[in-house]
Amino acid sequence: MTGPLRVVVVYPDLLGTYGDGGNGLILARRAEWRSRPVQLEQASSDEALPEADVYCLGGGEDGPQVRAARALAEDGTLVSRVEDGAVVLAVCAGFQIVGRTFPGADGTAHEGLGLLDVETVKGPGPRAVGEVVADIVGLPGLPTLTGFENHGGCSTVVDGSGPLGTVSAGVGNGDGSGLEGAVRGRVVGTYLHGPVLARNPALADLLLGWALGEEALEPLDDAGAEDLRAERLGAAKRRRRPFGRAS
Amino acid sequence: MREQLASATTRAVNAASRRLGRGQGTVAGGRAGLRIDSRLLEHLSAGRHVVLVTGTNGKTTTTRLVTVALAVHGDSVVSNETGSNMPPGHVAALAGNHSPKAVLEVDESYLPRVLTATSAQAVVLLNLSRDQLDRTSEVRMVAGRWRAALAAAPRAQVIANADDPLVVWGAGAARTVHWVGAGLRWRLDAVGCPSCEGRIAFAGGTWSCQDCGFARPEPEANLVLQDDGSAIGVWTDGRSLPIRLILPGRFNQANALMAAVAAEACGVAAADALRAMEEVDHVAGRFTVRSFGDRRARLMLAKNPAGWDELLDLVSAGDAPLVVSINARTADGTDPSWLWDVPYERLSGRSVVATGDRFRDLSERLRYAGVAHRTETEPRRAVLLAGDGTEAMVDVIGNYTAFHDLLEAPA
Repeated sequence: MTGPLRVVVVYPDLLGTYGDGGNGLILARRAEWRSRPVQLEQASSDEALPEADVYCLGGGEDGPQVRAARALAEDGTLVSRVEDGAVVLAVCAGFQIVGRTFPGADGTAHEGLGLLDVETVKGPGPRAVGEVVADIVGLPGLPTLTGFENHGGCSTVVDGSGPLGTVSAGVGNGDGSGLEGAVRGRVVGTYLHGPVLARNPALADLLLGWALGEEALEPLDDAGAEDLRAERLGAAKRRRRPFGRAS
Repeated sequence: MREQLASATTRAVNAASRRLGRGQGTVAGGRAGLRIDSRLLEHLSAGRHVVLVTGTNGKTTTTRLVTVALAVHGDSVVSNETGSNMPPGHVAALAGNHSPKAVLEVDESYLPRVLTATSAQAVVLLNLSRDQLDRTSEVRMVAGRWRAALAAAPRAQVIANADDPLVVWGAGAARTVHWVGAGLRWRLDAVGCPSCEGRIAFAGGTWSCQDCGFARPEPEANLVLQDDGSAIGVWTDGRSLPIRLILPGRFNQANALMAAVAAEACGVAAADALRAMEEVDHVAGRFTVRSFGDRRARLMLAKNPAGWDELLDLVSAGDAPLVVSINARTADGTDPSWLWDVPYERLSGRSVVATGDRFRDLSERLRYAGVAHRTETEPRRAVLLAGDGTEAMVDVIGNYTAFHDLLEAPA
């Protein structure tokens, strides 16, 4: 690729509630530490979305989520960049809005961007809150995912996309399927906060490799992250609800 | 009859709990009392002048400041000063106490319930931002519930921060509001308009929604910061009063102005109220300096990004080694993802030790922030080992339970 790797955190003013902005920072640092030029941008919702190689969307509240979906649809850049091969990591509210449909605060369905074949409705029960462990399905070669979920939506992966993982602790997509997240091409959606890339540096490097067009990136010293993973995977064993919030 | 039994039970359980050394027992006693009389808080509030203080940050300090202000003319004032800010804590504070005035710190999500039970005369709304998202509601929902509750309580005078759009929304349907220009540093939770889901724009010390016209109300008092770090309260009626505190930081100056306006709404002149606040040197251990071995440590509490944003300013003025202790127990919120919203990059170049139950999360955050640091599993050891081990003074910032652990740790 020519020029620096461009990483954009999408609308931190609307989708910045759960610390997921860390994902963009993590991608940028991991590129820098390998001496790849990188440019990290926080894209505010009142400006045109910049052209980028990687887009990170995070969690947000119901009202701002609807506004973010509307702004991204009107802007058009995200969808057209994905057609050109851009990488997307979308978390929680971000995951829902890159799907086909998602619920607003009052439960009415809103149209998503359709980058993932996922339909989300408001869940019948209490919010899914807690540690999650998900064994990888959609991206072979990655180790087990660890994260923290906090959402009220039930998401169903339909034809065209596949799940990211299967939950062995926690709720995940919460539609009774026992699945977590979704993948289509270079678009990855998940309910996991933490941020997910802090707890799962291998996923960070997979996305980075896609964006840089490199198969294998040289390893970094992730000893601290490995300790964190071991701690959280151990903690999650105490919260097993493997089949999700079946309604 | 039932009320008297409930109140006596509350006191008895608290006394027993204290004797057994199991803390101050406020929650246990209060719960026992509420089980006997579910309307105990209403009964204990009857006939008193009640002030409620809520918001994400500054509740405990502001409650203390209002309490000393209302006591300035010799009145006895009761308060839940242990920080137990839900109904069991309120009941425990009021049971067996006959003070005519009560100042109660209230958890943000409990405000509607406590307002109904106490028929409070005044309600102080400080600010609203993300905190403990795993167990509390998102801030827009909380603001909406405040709004409904205050609309249904026409007797309550509301003292509200005009610089926080979520607070203004929450206070906006109340009959009497004293708006205070207390400032708001952390704005990331306030960009989405609570009225129309449009976008709030901040500019030139004011704010407004670009879509629906929801805008900053004109305050009756404003916090004016001076170049030397001091502050004055400037009232639109022409008064200008110095805010001189032992408590450090801009946020405490803002808390003091809010407390002064609240005191005035309760019949105490703001000048007298502010003078009384000058004596307060620490509140529930915040900013306490205590010894560990032969070192002195200044203990500070920051439990969410907005609180951290303010405290980083304060500590970055010095160069003492810094210990950061992070837990994620129930009272802290069990998801420390918020660490990634804190601008720890500002600590670059400082000597930092990461500790607490969740030091590994903190350590990864600091790694990506470019802050060189050490880790230590045991907080007290972290204080002893911080820096090169010789500096006399160490700054310590913990979130809720981490702070309390260090406050109570052996010397």
